[in-house]
Amino acid sequence: MKKICHNAKILVLGAVIGLCNGLFGAGGGIVAVSSMVYLLGLSEHDAHATAISVILPLAVISAFIYFRSGHLDLDILAPVALGEVIGAIAGAWLLKYTSSVLLRRIFAMFIIFAALRMIF
Amino acid sequence: MLLVLIGIITGIISGMGIGGGTVLIPVLLFCTGVSQHTAQATNLAAFIPSALAALYIHIRNKRVKLRLAMLLLTGGIAGALLGSFAADSVQADVLGRIFGFFLLVMGIYELFRK
Repeated sequence: MKKICHNAKILVLGAVIGLCNGLFGAGGGIVAVSSMVYLLGLSEHDAHATAISVILPLAVISAFIYFRSGHLDLDILAPVALGEVIGAIAGAWLLKYTSSVLLRRIFAMFIIFAALRMIF
Repeated sequence: MLLVLIGIITGIISGMGIGGGTVLIPVLLFCTGVSQHTAQATNLAAFIPSALAALYIHIRNKRVKLRLAMLLLTGGIAGALLGSFAADSVQADVLGRIFGFFLLVMGIYELFRK
């Protein structure tokens, strides 16, 4: 019974992750990593790895639905995707040299500013 | 060129494990003329190639908890279908505002997280 309950909790958690990712086109990863660390007790590293394995197929599904609805613009996507690959490699390398705590604070402040601008 | 630069910045941030999409979407909205839906679609699709590379490394390092991932994915597919079709049926300005609230929660959470 306890196991069924636990599995049901994980299924619901998955649905919430998919819903955020589909509705907002982002954020599923943060929800996934945080819930695996705080609710399921995974290490940060394992949570990251598992989150990507879940978010990747979900992003493929959602991207396809957005594409079918005519929301995907390849002239925008191609340069952004190219930049992201370059940036991801640079970011992984930079991680060895900089503290992510400061960056995290700057990031948090930026998205709060962006959020307020979008709400009002 | 601006778009490549925006991609690089987002890539660095997500490569450091902080969260790329929550930055990419507002930056695209503020700096280019794209709609809320297109900004979201761009993030979803642009995530795919770098995620494939990251996943390959994580699988090689045996970090992925496969059983947990399968369960999350089962619920996740239902959520992704529901969320994506819901987003499509909502007007851009309404979706933008809902996105703003979601972003605000994320920002406050990140600010106080250890």
